[in-house]
Amino acid sequence: MGLQAVFFYLFAFVAVASAFMVISARNPVHSVLFLILVFFNAAGLFLLTGAEFLAMILLVVYIGAVAVLFLFVVMMLDIDFAELRSGILHYAPIGALVGLVLAAELIFVVGRSVLTPEAEKAITMPIPSPEVRTNTAALGDVLYTHYVYFFQVSGLILLVAMIGAIVLTLRHRENIKRQDISKQVARTPATAVEVVKVKPGQGL
Amino acid sequence: MDSFFLTYLWPAIVMIGQSLLLLVCLLVFIAYILLADRKIWAAVQLRRGPNVVGPWGLFQSFADLLKFVFKEPIIPAGANKGVFLLAPLVSVTLALATWAVIPFNENWVIANVNVGILYVLAISSLEVYGVIMAGWASNSKYPFLGALRSAAQMVSYEVSIGFVIVTVLLCVGSLNLSDIVLAQKDGIGTAVGLPSSFLDWHWLVLFPMFVIFFISGLAETNRPPFDLPEAESELVAGYMVEYGSAPYMMLMLSEYAAILLICALTTILFLGGWLPPVDVWFLNWVPGIIWFILKGTLVFFMFAMVKAFVPRYRYDQLMRLGWKVFLPLSLAMVIITAFVLKLTAGA
Repeated sequence: MGLQAVFFYLFAFVAVASAFMVISARNPVHSVLFLILVFFNAAGLFLLTGAEFLAMILLVVYIGAVAVLFLFVVMMLDIDFAELRSGILHYAPIGALVGLVLAAELIFVVGRSVLTPEAEKAITMPIPSPEVRTNTAALGDVLYTHYVYFFQVSGLILLVAMIGAIVLTLRHRENIKRQDISKQVARTPATAVEVVKVKPGQGL
Repeated sequence: MDSFFLTYLWPAIVMIGQSLLLLVCLLVFIAYILLADRKIWAAVQLRRGPNVVGPWGLFQSFADLLKFVFKEPIIPAGANKGVFLLAPLVSVTLALATWAVIPFNENWVIANVNVGILYVLAISSLEVYGVIMAGWASNSKYPFLGALRSAAQMVSYEVSIGFVIVTVLLCVGSLNLSDIVLAQKDGIGTAVGLPSSFLDWHWLVLFPMFVIFFISGLAETNRPPFDLPEAESELVAGYMVEYGSAPYMMLMLSEYAAILLICALTTILFLGGWLPPVDVWFLNWVPGIIWFILKGTLVFFMFAMVKAFVPRYRYDQLMRLGWKVFLPLSLAMVIITAFVLKLTAGA
């Protein structure tokens, strides 16, 4: 248990410290890099609680894909940092309000077992012990067997959102030269080359 | 005090010892893989390749190592110093960290974790950060363009690699790398009635996925013909332009460690890991690690030959191949595999 506690405090401390650096770093790219460090340590915390599948998915999805896009966008942006800093007090009350709401929600969720002990019974799917069913298989049971229709519906909603985003941003301009690979492959010497016999001294 | 030693200290010492042993073996292997890469490339072009340092040039990589280490590291004045130096470190650490879960033989693995293949996928998806950080911190045009290209390329091909892995996992039913190897003991060959042999490995059952994985592996590790991040005719050396001496060596090292990792993964997923090709006594007598290394080296030989044969892709063709060819193909294969497994399981 002792070793676990050491690692818990290590991950937790680095996560909180780098979360602080995310908002205090001057350079936005550094901010994103610190954000990645926060994700990484959160994955470590998941591992400590035995949620190995969640930890790996956090790494693959959030760090491997989402944060890369963040980094892309931030690197491409041309921001005037001084101007960005000047508005910081202006937005402080709104930020504080959002933070307060989040903190209250967190307290309610985490303190639920203390405030309303009967709420624990509302969890419909009991968590199987790791010896019986691995973490990954247990998650699969819940998502793909017991709640498969809800899972499908949420997938469809995401698909609709994606199609909507593409429809809104797609500009298919005409009269631009495009490469059509199947057309190119379908070309034969008969359709592409014309063999002409040229008499000497005459030209075409 | 005694129990503290036995519960914490001794396992830690054992693990550090194992890791160091693996690290040293891996680094020496990378040195010779680098030499093999150059030799094979040279042989295809009817050259001799490096042949001066040591007999047949066998010590060339070590001479290169000394050269890189003793050169003066240069950091560009406009570079973001911290990130610039952090990038090679991140690349090398991540590229070597993946090897912790690779099983070289039965029970020859440092960390035999349940979600081994996901760990490999996760850590190799982090490798893109080394490239982006290097490109951005250099604060110059070519590295930045190279980094953007590389990041887009690695993220794109990870998708098809992920689907290929999913098909293998569907056949195996476990995320553990050792289980994946052991599951290849019986397959098509044993179903027909033959003894356990190379026909049982996944390369035959999932042949299209084997090909997709190999090509995606080339793209994922920025190997030719997909080496657009370093395309010297357009970008000089891509994200590595501003690097020299030891930091450059680390970037190079991480690249080759990633290539070897793809070779090892191909061996584990499709070529039966440490299993002997035919189940007869004198082949079983050969230790599994030898088979593993032989298969991995064979895959690397294919990597090296591709580098020598195939001209470089154009960037839009590369993206088209990833998103419009490999993604639908691998997705269809996932569905087909799932259907076949479901139908045969019922029978």
